[in-house]
Order: sequence, then C-alpha cells, then structure tokens
Amino acid sequence: MPTARTPGIWKVITASSVGTLIEWYDFYIFGSLATVIATQFFPRTNPTAALLSTLGTFAAGFIVRPFGALVFGRLGDLIGRKYTFLLTLIIMGLSTFAIGLVPGYQSIGFAAPLIILLLRLLQGLALGGEYGGAATYVAEHSPDNRRGYFTSWIQTTATLGLFVSLGVILLIRHTLDSDETKSIAKFNDWGWRIPFLISIVLVAISVYIRLKMRESPLFARIKAEGKTSSSPLKESFVHKANLKMVLLALFGATMGQGVIWYTGQFYAQSFIENVCKIDFDQSRTILIWAILFATPFFIVFGGWSDRVGRKWIIVAGMFLAVVTYRTLFSALMSISDTAHKTELAEKQERKTTLNFITKSTDAIRTSVTKKYFDDGTIATETKKDTVYADSARSTLKPDIRISRKLGGGGYWQMVLIVFVMIVYVTMVYGPIAAFLVELFPTRIRYTSMSLPYHIGNGVFGGLTPFFATLLTTIYTGDKLVGLTYPVIVGAICIVICILYVKDNRHFSIDNET
Amino acid sequence: MNTLRRFAGILWIIAGPCAIYYLVSTAVSEISKKPVTDTKIQWIVFVVVFLPIAFGMVIFGIYAMKGEYDKET
Repeated sequence: MPTARTPGIWKVITASSVGTLIEWYDFYIFGSLATVIATQFFPRTNPTAALLSTLGTFAAGFIVRPFGALVFGRLGDLIGRKYTFLLTLIIMGLSTFAIGLVPGYQSIGFAAPLIILLLRLLQGLALGGEYGGAATYVAEHSPDNRRGYFTSWIQTTATLGLFVSLGVILLIRHTLDSDETKSIAKFNDWGWRIPFLISIVLVAISVYIRLKMRESPLFARIKAEGKTSSSPLKESFVHKANLKMVLLALFGATMGQGVIWYTGQFYAQSFIENVCKIDFDQSRTILIWAILFATPFFIVFGGWSDRVGRKWIIVAGMFLAVVTYRTLFSALMSISDTAHKTELAEKQERKTTLNFITKSTDAIRTSVTKKYFDDGTIATETKKDTVYADSARSTLKPDIRISRKLGGGGYWQMVLIVFVMIVYVTMVYGPIAAFLVELFPTRIRYTSMSLPYHIGNGVFGGLTPFFATLLTTIYTGDKLVGLTYPVIVGAICIVICILYVKDNRHFSIDNET
Repeated sequence: MNTLRRFAGILWIIAGPCAIYYLVSTAVSEISKKPVTDTKIQWIVFVVVFLPIAFGMVIFGIYAMKGEYDKET
C-alpha cells in the first residue's frame, strides 16, 4: 500500500474494530461468569459434569483457539479476509446467544453441560479466526507509514471487550432489584443470561456493517492475478522461509506479549481479589478505571511505532514489566494490608446468627465482624462453624472469609498501579498487529500471523493465572512467587527479540512472495 | 553480533527439552499429589500443547545456529 492516505480507512477500522470488540466481549463474559455458569451447568457433585467443566476451561483457550487460527487463517488466505471474519463473527455471536438460552443442569441434566461445552469450543474456534482477519484487513488498507497507528485501533478491542464485559456484568448484577442482596441473587439465578442474550443485537449490527465492506485491496489484487496460495498451511509451516518467521514471531514477540497482557489484566485482578482480599465489586471497578485511563495508550504506542519502530517499544514494555512486577504487586499487598492501618475500635460491629441444620440438633453458626479503619477501609470477616449438640465435638477448621473494601486513597492507589501495568500492556500490544503483518507475504498472511498470535496469547498468556497460582501453592512462603512465570517468559522473549527481530516498519506489505 | 546470535541458538535448542522435562516432572508430581480425572486431563492438555511448542523452540535454535536469522537483523 502506498504512503498516500487511504480514503475510507475509518470505515474499515470501525467495521473491523466493532466486530472484534464484540467477539472479545462474547469470549470474556463466559470467563467472567465462570462461577455462576459452574453452579448452573457443572455441579461438582456430578463427576461427568465436572469433567466437562475442566475440558471447557482448558480446551477452549489452549487447543481450540490455535486450531481456529489454522482453520480460519487458511480460509482467509483461500477465499478472502472479508467473508472469513464475517463467518467467525456469526459463529461467535450465535454461540454466545445460545449459551444464554440453554436450560440448566437441573432442567435437562447431562445434556446441559455438554451443550455448554460445545458452544464454548465454538467460541474459542471463532476467536482463533477473528483477530488475524481483522488485523490483516486493516493493515492491508493502511498506508505503509501509518500502519502501526491504524492497526492499533484493532489492538484496543481486546481490552475494551474486557472493559465492556465487566461493566455489563456489574450493571446487570446491581439493577435487577432495588435491594442489592436480592439483585445479586436474581443475577445468579437467571440474570447472568442477559449479557449473553444482549450479544445477538451487537453481532447483528456488526454483521450488517461488515457485509457492506469490500475485500482487502491487496488480497483482491492477488486473487484477480491468480496468485493466492493453494495451500496456505503447507506454505506457512513447511517452507523454511516462512516457518522461521512464524517461530520468530512466537518466541520473539507474542510469547512475551501474551504473558504481559494476562498478568496486567487478568492475574492482577485475580491477585487483588484473592490475595489482597478486595471485595468483588471493587476488584472489578479498579480494573475498569485502569483500563479506561490506559486504553488511549494503545493508539499512542501504535502511532509512535510508525516513527521509532515496533521492536523497541515492545522490548521496552516487556523490560519494564519484568523489572517492576514484583514491586507493583508488592505495593498492591501493602495497600490492602490492614496491619498497617489504625482500627477505629469503637465502630467495630459483630453479628452472630445460628441456623439449625434440617433434621438435626446441630447448627451452623455464622459470625460476621466488621472492622473500620482510619483510612476508610472496611474489613469484613465471616466465620462459619458448626455448633454440635454434643458439646464434646467442635469444628476442626472453621471456614473464614475476609473481604476488604478500600477507602478512597487506597482504592485510587490500586487503580494507579493497575493503570501502570496496563500501560505496559499497551506498549507490547499496541504495535504487535503491524509487527506481525509485516513479517509475512499477502498470500499466507492470515494463516501465518494467526497461529503465533494465538499460541502466544491463548497458551502462554492464557496459562499465566494457572501457573502463577500453581507456583504459589508449591512455594507457599512467597505470595509473589507466581510472578516468576511471566518474568521468565518475558525475559527470554526480550533476549530473542533484541537478538533476532528486525524492524520492518518501512517495508511495503504489498508483496506476494 | 552474528556470532552471538548463532551461539545463542544452542541455548534455544537446549531450552526446548528442558522445558518439557520440567513440565512433565511437574505434571507427574501434581497428578500423584491429586490423582483425580480433572488434574490428569489438565496436565495431559498442557503436555500435549507444549510438546510441539518445545519442538518449535528446538527448530528455532537450529535455524539461529545455522545463521538463518543473520541477514534478518
């Protein structure tokens, strides 16, 4: 594409970005509602349902996503970008809508978790095909000297999809009844279906917009000249010249980018909720604010990469993350730690209730203690144990849950820390679409860039919360030990990127070889 | 610089099998700690997914060692 301005580029960006954002939204609402979905469809008491749950969790992200990249990438290089990423959008939209309609395990038994698993796998498959198509489509419409800037709009969609999914869930969770407790109960019962059902409207709008778009000019030209690849998979992964670029893209960029993305946005939220014990709503609104403030930086770094190159911005983002993660996560723990705060003892509240167990003289005792601190933090400790009629018996290990609600100062400090981590995400992720499309020729671009992207993000990135949590269970003495995984993967990626990656920003992607 | 790039290729060749050894030994240890179907499935998925990735790392190392990336920088 020449360096002249392309007319209609904003229509291309809007049509591609809206669809991709909706796909990310669809994919994330399932993850965000995993607990509710588990109780509706995957009761742990039924081993088959539990097994399907495990398969859904692990297979959708780690196997089906890269598989979708191959299936739809190949299709995109054979029949074109436009119809392929239209297809992925329709598959994603229909699967998401259908999840909202499936009756629960109580109604249709074993069929419920099976249908949900299949629909989740379809979601993963569609996601695997969407991103590469959208990024390729925008890049092939962009002038060479502004490719980083224009493709960075596509890069905002994954984070904004997460933002919209969190926002929609919080909004619906609190608006189903004027009484907050009843509203949450209604949400857990049937309200969780609304975010899935809404998706069909969004997808319909997006499909309508995408239908009006034309094929990518570069692909349309090679197709007219009969120069499309007849076997994109073989050409991408068997021919040495392309395979070495696929490997470089994976180990020198997307692998590190994936772990930074998932640490900054998913592991940070999980850490705030589970380690810092911040309550459900606050742990999500902290992320929402941080995303809102940091998202413009995708565009800033994408645009800047047109001037200074993709490589060094990506390396800088990974380097800053690797060097500062421990300090940042340590600060999150420190902010939430009530040992450093002064308790307002006169305000302490304690309430104990006894609920007798049906057909038994034993009872469940629930003691709720609310402590107030000088900085506005409220810590709630809920302790449950069994009071036995036989006084000689007592609960060996009472169930104790702690939930903290931060005061204004601490809350905004956490927003600032998560904001910094998401700025790192914008540095590594903002320029990556332009970086990937520049590595491969038009005839196999969709296939070749999709696979390393989805292995980097789906496998390396998607496993971040799991491996981080696993490390904390093995090495129990250090609550920050989970960061070892993203730090090591990030550090290896930095070395490979510095040593082997070339800055291709001045290259024309208008090539067929 | 090209010498360093080629020399580092040996590291990537070694890194692949090392990663798989670490993954498999962790998988065995975790499964033996909690030998339920859930644990087995998730670790089998990890090993199956990471095997070709580790193999890719070895190929990447071989290419680097042979100087395939020399001209790309």
